[in-house]
Amino acid sequence: MNSISLSIDEIRNLLSQIPDPEIPVITIADLGILREISIQDNTCIISITPTYSGCPAMKMIEDEIIKKFRENGVENVKINMVYHPAWTTDWINDEAKEKLRIYGIAPPEKSTVNKSSLMSETKEIACPQCRSKNTEMISQFGSTACKALYRCKDCKEAFDYFKCI
Amino acid sequence: MTTQEALFNYCLRLADNHLILGHRLSELCSKGPVLEEDIACTNISLDLIGQANALLQYAASIENNGRNEDDLAFLRHERHFYNSLLSEQPNRDFAFTMVKQFLIDAFNYYLFDELKKSKDLTISALTTKGHKEITYHLRHSSTWIDRLGLGTDESNLRTQNAINELWRFTDDMFVMDEVDKMLITDGIATDLNIIKTKWQNTVNGAFEKANLKIPEKVWMQYGSKQGKHTEHLGFLLAEMQHLHRAYPGVKW
Repeated sequence: MNSISLSIDEIRNLLSQIPDPEIPVITIADLGILREISIQDNTCIISITPTYSGCPAMKMIEDEIIKKFRENGVENVKINMVYHPAWTTDWINDEAKEKLRIYGIAPPEKSTVNKSSLMSETKEIACPQCRSKNTEMISQFGSTACKALYRCKDCKEAFDYFKCI
Repeated sequence: MTTQEALFNYCLRLADNHLILGHRLSELCSKGPVLEEDIACTNISLDLIGQANALLQYAASIENNGRNEDDLAFLRHERHFYNSLLSEQPNRDFAFTMVKQFLIDAFNYYLFDELKKSKDLTISALTTKGHKEITYHLRHSSTWIDRLGLGTDESNLRTQNAINELWRFTDDMFVMDEVDKMLITDGIATDLNIIKTKWQNTVNGAFEKANLKIPEKVWMQYGSKQGKHTEHLGFLLAEMQHLHRAYPGVKW
């Protein structure tokens, strides 16, 4: 059995390069999907958490992590799926939010989902293209469960909004 | 019954409600009334099946008898499913689909909100996560109750017809038995009478606002918690389980 030659920091740097399969401009570390790295009994244990419970990208992210380790000569890897604490859009840092905006996805607003959202109150979402706040929601569910579909009434462009959760 | 058996059964109930409703919504894939709704319903389906997957994984770990989440989803027979009678009803027209969805979303919303406080840490974690997603589901179906109820005479009529037909399955969601009683004592499960009061307020309010009425003197149907279902579940399982049973262990 090979011993693991990488340090925790080296592993973190390595895994931080893995892009999100659906939004390739940000990484699994930017999104907060990558939770914890540890080494026990010569095995790397990587804890990840899903953004949404049914996120179909999780399997691909697991495969990408294992592939990344293989490329670096590490075979003993265990992926641990964690659900606590529940993932929140608040974990996406400002730098990553700006990357989302440039990519054409309106980043999530600060506050997480709460009971007031039941009243269907709509927040002002700025268009990622022209930054106008004169926008309207087309559908609460966009190209993926984590996004809603909006339209800008000024530049007429439709765009995805990363919902707060 | 041991606490372990009760917890296994309780997790199956939570998981089956989501799995069966999620499967029903997946039937709308490429058949939604408009593109946005096609996408919305299948995204909600994905959330529900994802939550069911995690709950079934937990159920399998409690049972600790060599079965995994796929075995529980695809190899159990009808009489061993504990989803509510309401969740297995066919989609029929869009009003029917949305009334069913709204009644269950409101139930899940209050149930999961209470279960966040469960002393079972896995149930607490999974329902905390699930509740955030369900909040969006309820917002989506509430909007439709409004739009359909206050839309045209035709949309109001169809929505009212759906309520009249589905109402007899609503009480079944709130039935409690030894499983619930045992786990409520342990602080793991929640008292469904509390959920019922909150659910009634939300449903009454939404229907009143949308010019819709709750039918009076309805004969209520029960049985899901003993695995007694309407005729629709068998057909649903035949489709859902076919691939796994025909090709055991098949992978993409």
